[in-house]
Amino acid sequence: MDLEEAEEFKERCTQCEAVSWGLTDEGKYYCTSCHNVTERSKEVINTEVIPHAQIKALNRGLKRKNNSEKGWDWYVCEGFQYILYQQAEALKNLGVGPELKNDVLHNFWKRYLQKSKQAYCKNPVHTTGRKPTVLEDNLSHSDWASEPELLSDVNSPFLESGMESQSDVHTRKSFPISKASQSETSVCSGSLDGVEYSQRKEKGIVKMTMPQTLAFCYLSLLWQREAITLSDLLRFVEEDHIPYINAFQHFPEQMKLYGRDRGIFGTESWPNYDDIYKKTIEVATFLDLPRFPEITEDCYLHPNILCMKYLMEVNLPDEMHSLTCHVVKMTGMGEVDFLTFDPIAKMAKTVKYDVQAVAIIVVVLKLLFLLDDNLEWSLSNLAEKHNEKNKKDKPWFDFRKWYQIMKKAFDEKKQNWEEARAKYLWKSEKPLYYSYVDKPVAYKKREMVVNLQKQFSTLVDSTPTAGKKSPSSFQFNWTGEDTERTCFHGHSLQGVLKEKGQSLLTKNSLYWLSTQKFCRCYCTHVTTYEESNYSLSYQFILNLFSFLLRIKTSLLHEEVSLVEKELFKKKYSVTKKKSKSKKVRRY
Amino acid sequence: MSDFSEELKGPVTDDEQVETSVLSGAGMHFPWLQAYVETVAIGGKRKKDFAQTTSACLSFIQEALLKHQWQQAAGYMYSYFQTLEDSDSYKRQAAPEIIWKLGSEILFYHPKSNVETFNTFADRMKNIGIMNYLKISLQHALYLLHHGMLEDAKRNLSEAETWRHGEKTSSREILINVIQAYKGLLQYYTWSKKKTELSKLDKDDYAYSAVAQDVFNHSWKTSVNISALIKIPGVWDPFVKSYVEMLEFYGDRDGAQEVLTNYAYDEKFPSNPNAHIYLYNFLKRQKAPRSKLISVLKILYQIVPSHKLMLEFHTLLRKSEKEEHHKLGLEVLFGVLDFAGCTKNITAWKYLAKYLKKILMGNHLVWVQEEWNSRKSWWPSFHFSYFWAKSDWKEDTALACEKAFVAGLLLGKGCRYFRYILKQDHQILGKKIKRMKRSVKKYSIVNPRL
Repeated sequence: MDLEEAEEFKERCTQCEAVSWGLTDEGKYYCTSCHNVTERSKEVINTEVIPHAQIKALNRGLKRKNNSEKGWDWYVCEGFQYILYQQAEALKNLGVGPELKNDVLHNFWKRYLQKSKQAYCKNPVHTTGRKPTVLEDNLSHSDWASEPELLSDVNSPFLESGMESQSDVHTRKSFPISKASQSETSVCSGSLDGVEYSQRKEKGIVKMTMPQTLAFCYLSLLWQREAITLSDLLRFVEEDHIPYINAFQHFPEQMKLYGRDRGIFGTESWPNYDDIYKKTIEVATFLDLPRFPEITEDCYLHPNILCMKYLMEVNLPDEMHSLTCHVVKMTGMGEVDFLTFDPIAKMAKTVKYDVQAVAIIVVVLKLLFLLDDNLEWSLSNLAEKHNEKNKKDKPWFDFRKWYQIMKKAFDEKKQNWEEARAKYLWKSEKPLYYSYVDKPVAYKKREMVVNLQKQFSTLVDSTPTAGKKSPSSFQFNWTGEDTERTCFHGHSLQGVLKEKGQSLLTKNSLYWLSTQKFCRCYCTHVTTYEESNYSLSYQFILNLFSFLLRIKTSLLHEEVSLVEKELFKKKYSVTKKKSKSKKVRRY
Repeated sequence: MSDFSEELKGPVTDDEQVETSVLSGAGMHFPWLQAYVETVAIGGKRKKDFAQTTSACLSFIQEALLKHQWQQAAGYMYSYFQTLEDSDSYKRQAAPEIIWKLGSEILFYHPKSNVETFNTFADRMKNIGIMNYLKISLQHALYLLHHGMLEDAKRNLSEAETWRHGEKTSSREILINVIQAYKGLLQYYTWSKKKTELSKLDKDDYAYSAVAQDVFNHSWKTSVNISALIKIPGVWDPFVKSYVEMLEFYGDRDGAQEVLTNYAYDEKFPSNPNAHIYLYNFLKRQKAPRSKLISVLKILYQIVPSHKLMLEFHTLLRKSEKEEHHKLGLEVLFGVLDFAGCTKNITAWKYLAKYLKKILMGNHLVWVQEEWNSRKSWWPSFHFSYFWAKSDWKEDTALACEKAFVAGLLLGKGCRYFRYILKQDHQILGKKIKRMKRSVKKYSIVNPRL
């Protein structure tokens, strides 16, 4: 319900004397503090006042009210556009450069509309059965004729300026207003094409869904080489920093949602890493995007930088960074060609940058401590003794101590996370109903829930639950004042390395492979992770990291196996001994 | 507050809902198959996060309740209300009842809660869906009773009683009966108070007739309210008891007996020992013939052989003329002492000691053996161990003597319990013990005289 529209009504509420009015769907004023609905209704004088210029651009001409109950005529793709717009805004607020919204995402979206034949083309799908009035010669002016100019379009409706661009003209014209089909469709959806959209199954066309919006966001982030990984993005979604669940509730008042729109815009699940990852590739391939800007060593997504970030995050010594860099070099995982996403390559695949970086750290931990529930503890004993004797020196890294501190911190974090999830409120202030008949019931039920919540909120523990967390790419903080939590960043690895000539060797000369055989069949996973088969330390480390990334443990295990595959393939093919000696012990 | 009846009338048209019902021929229904088909229908897709988090939320609430953390529970409850809007219509319909149960529990104990809060909550919950109106009303009334608010409770029950909505179902009809009966019970309570008032008044007191009139009125209303319920099979002890008390007070003995007999003997009613106890006590008050009393207690004996009335039953049987009753009298005594809770019942032991002697003197050795055969493997260690001899003697010498006598009769004079007691030199009991020794020698069932 839009508050702006009710601003001119200044009387006091008869029930609570507040002056805070909103408009109900029927156009009546209601008090936002006590929900008292007045008999006064707003006269619809100015239909041109629409709070968002972007929607205005697409909507002009469509915005013809048949009556105040039904709201505007709008298409599903407009809804998604609105959500993408909001998501881009949210990303901008998180510190992402404004080009992402204005250029990259906007262009991806336009390209999508064109490829899926919804706009910017000769025969948009909406025109089925209607007569389109598209000026053919206008189309040839489109920027979309030539590929290299993909990101050169400056006249974008995403720009705040509200400048009317050439492409907007196409859009408008290619959405013919046909009231003929209204009578049948409006029964089951608020949008014009909701029913048709939910039934549409066209081969080769990627249909827009809620998860797909995040795929678009991630693609733009990747294109811009922004310092937000996929797992960060999804975590921000879960923490409500990026609109996703109930994103539709911020639609303009007149964009009514119900019926089939529920299934399209309503979500009752958080996005899943694997799913969005696959959708990203799917969308990129569908859009036929060229090779993405290169991921070089100075990019955030480069494993060397990400490894540093995750080492800090999990409180491991900075000295480990040189080892991760070494592994990155040996495996070739830092190569530009390996890292850069190229959707038109034969096998379009992108690197799971965050998962890979974490997997590299796991491999390094295995190299140093073996993680067989034995060696890491005896090395810890040595470190402990050494640290007791030499209190002034830089302390040796003590795995046991690290484990104890991490375990506690991790358990706490996880507990909080689970509790926060259990308390998550899924339902929007704007209930989604199935049809107009159900509308009063849905609203009444909403009111009921709100009333009950109001009653119980007085019974809740008075200590506030820290409110909304401010977004951060870090989830742990080790450099704070807290003396209970030792910071291991400055600890040395001297206890687990030994000098040999010019180079350093790991004291531990053994290694075990996380996976011995890779699955060659056509299933999606390369290996399986059966927890009980692995050492407790390994399990702990996988659990810790997969929690940080909010992914399944098996996914990380797979990635560890893939890193190992790269690392030891080289070792086997080259007979010459390297500076580091590693033996492979099979388990 | 308006209610949500229109929602139930409307068609259940949820696009997310998978409607599958697995019915095979002849109306057979396999619940497991249903569950299996449902998972197939969603293509092995994982549960929605909404379902996952709300079920996690539920277990957090339950955990908090278990630990008496009312504030935490209220915090989770805040989120759990959203299940009322669950898109899964099955879960949505189940939600009000769960929320009512958890919420009322929280409000019952929460330090910041009060009667007013509870009333608001109850009134809200009554009107979410019509399915729970009566149940919540009843529980609401019980809550008010608990807080001593009799009048409010009564008003609540009256409201619920007159509430009519939608179709009448049999389960709802029973609920209405229960509600009426509770109302009756409250009226009984007032009546009972008035009655004691009346008993304190002099008949010539000017207030007497007014109070008496009052008492009469109440009784009439109550009987109407309660009598409907107690005709329905079920356990209605407090209702039956108060109803009968009122009937008796007004001299309607036949009516009272009919109610009690029906309550005890109607096969549709669940087996209920109290029903027989009430009937027995009533008959006893009415000085009913012994045979009638015996027949009532015989049934109680079958249900609760350890009941304290069994000793009375034994006395009745002993006094009877029939030989089969005499035999049953022995059975009853043995039966009582089979129970761990009765091992220190001195009366039971005294009766058994006396009765055993009498039976054995009457040459009914077979009866005793019949009872003893099934017990000789465990009674010696259960009752007659050396340990018991010592502790019984220390605690209650009289009990020890009775037990020793029984032990001697059943196990012979070599029995450890018997020997231990014999050895104790007690001045007062000395004579008794000597007599006992003689009797054992003469009558013990392991007597080598055979």
